[in-house]
Amino acid sequence: MSVDVLAAGRTRRAVRRRGALATLVVLVVATFVVTLMVGQTFYPPGDVLRVIAGQTVPGASFTVGELRLPRAVLGVLAGVAFALGGVTFQTMLRNPLASPDIIGITHGASAAAVFAITVLAVSGAVISLVAVVAALATAMLIYVLSFKDGVVGTRLILIGIGIAAMLQSVVSYLLVRAATWDLPAAMRWITGSLNGATWSEVVTLSVAVAAFGALLLSHSRRLDLLQLGDDAASALGVRVERTRVTVIIAAVGLIAFATAATGPIAFVAFLSGPIAARLVGPTGSLLVPAALVGALLVLVADLAGQFAFGSRYPVGVVTGVLGAPYLVYLLIRTNRAGGSL
Amino acid sequence: MTATHTLHTERLSLAYGERTVVDNLDLTIPTGQITTIVGANACGKSTLLRAMSRLMAPTSGHVVLDGKELHRLPTKDVARTLGLLPQSPIAPEGIAVADLVGRGRHPHQKVFARWSAEDEAAVLAALDATDTVALADRAVDELSGGQRQRVWIAMALAQQTDLLFLDEPTTFLDVSHQIEVLDLLTDLNRQRGTTIVMVLHDLNLAARYADHLIAVAEGRLHAAGHPADVLTEATVREVFGLESQVMIDPTSGKPMMLPIGRHHARANDVTPIS
Repeated sequence: MSVDVLAAGRTRRAVRRRGALATLVVLVVATFVVTLMVGQTFYPPGDVLRVIAGQTVPGASFTVGELRLPRAVLGVLAGVAFALGGVTFQTMLRNPLASPDIIGITHGASAAAVFAITVLAVSGAVISLVAVVAALATAMLIYVLSFKDGVVGTRLILIGIGIAAMLQSVVSYLLVRAATWDLPAAMRWITGSLNGATWSEVVTLSVAVAAFGALLLSHSRRLDLLQLGDDAASALGVRVERTRVTVIIAAVGLIAFATAATGPIAFVAFLSGPIAARLVGPTGSLLVPAALVGALLVLVADLAGQFAFGSRYPVGVVTGVLGAPYLVYLLIRTNRAGGSL
Repeated sequence: MTATHTLHTERLSLAYGERTVVDNLDLTIPTGQITTIVGANACGKSTLLRAMSRLMAPTSGHVVLDGKELHRLPTKDVARTLGLLPQSPIAPEGIAVADLVGRGRHPHQKVFARWSAEDEAAVLAALDATDTVALADRAVDELSGGQRQRVWIAMALAQQTDLLFLDEPTTFLDVSHQIEVLDLLTDLNRQRGTTIVMVLHDLNLAARYADHLIAVAEGRLHAAGHPADVLTEATVREVFGLESQVMIDPTSGKPMMLPIGRHHARANDVTPIS
């Protein structure tokens, strides 16, 4: 009897999880197709599917195949990368505020890219490289500054928020000093955007997502065990420090490459994990559900940014509007809960 | 499960940074028995437990498990032999009891392996032993302190180790739950031969439930052996700096300590403070 009770509960939780995952997949696919259909010229789903299948459709082949498709794919990849990076930090530090776009890691990438554009006057892949290196360096700096008998979440978050503020002022300073003609390029590194997405960006980001994503997935159970506290995790056979360093590298890698491709799309890293947790319930790893939520957020926000308002806004503006209230809510809730993060 | 594992320390020294916490300690954990470790606050007893369960590397000396140096054994292998329930583990928000207990199966699972019938059986046995089957579907954060502690013990049991270490498993529990937890651990020891080592605050409970009592003072072994030999007025004075009367506990026949403070003692009963 009791075996059945145990199995029944587990099945019930699994059913909810699978239902949520299936719904998310359907929504992502549907939004993806809609993104390819709408624009200055509307193409029916049939044309869109034929272009994806590799057939030549007059007009659609260029507009969908070369303009809309890379944009949509890049959106999905960036959403997945930001979400995985975010949920990893949030899980590891047991705190929704511990997202890389709150604790300064994306700010590191932005500041370095703006510096590269406005001061070093470099362009293209060099900027991306500088951004990736800077994100990793920022993560290391925050880790080292907050390391004292191991890493404690709250300390890391507070130090990260401080670093983020400092980097933001660096960006402001650089922009004030910048030459006018550098501003459009620099703006992309402040507000994430999918404008001008190219296949070469898609290829780079997809390699990063595949490599770091696989690394994270292979560590997903160990990441979940870290939530029990370092001692409990290590008593269960997890090499705590090694696991932590591995998942941090993977998460920062994802964030850095995504930021290099699209700029920091605000709050996707921060929002995806908590939304996914609400949807799938408290069972199993949040990595895959969060990745789907991230992709959906970016696609929907980009659609809204392009077509919902009188003028076109970059995707980061829309996600920023969505994310800011949640941040305020979290801060109020923490404050009520007794002041500690 | 046969409890044939042996564990001892050799000239073990432990430090946090520059501060030495345990100094040159030799002790043997008797196989198949219940050992309790007592000592004043910050005497190094929790640190000792962490080192004996491989959570902390010695600055010198060794912890020896089955004749091999503990810190050279692979983490996951150790976790199949030796389980530890830390003082304040953290339950993820909203997690169901069955899922939390299931996490105890990690050392027995391969990286991408699916949940097996063996895992299910181990979780069920652990819930059964701790009388928490009825709670299996509940969220851990909804439970009372006593229930939660039993669930954590169930997680450690699902790990199916022959040695089980617990760091103050009765802290924050009211007296009936303390007894409940200690009785449960005694059942485990008697029925399965699990070697149990725990740090306890309450001297009288430590003496009652121990087959082997270890008193630690300032990082050194003060006394170890049968509770009747270890819990004496002299030990209490030297380890805790407290005058006391030790008498026979009428319920268990084990020694029992009554503290003598500066007040409330009837004049004729006071042992002179030397």
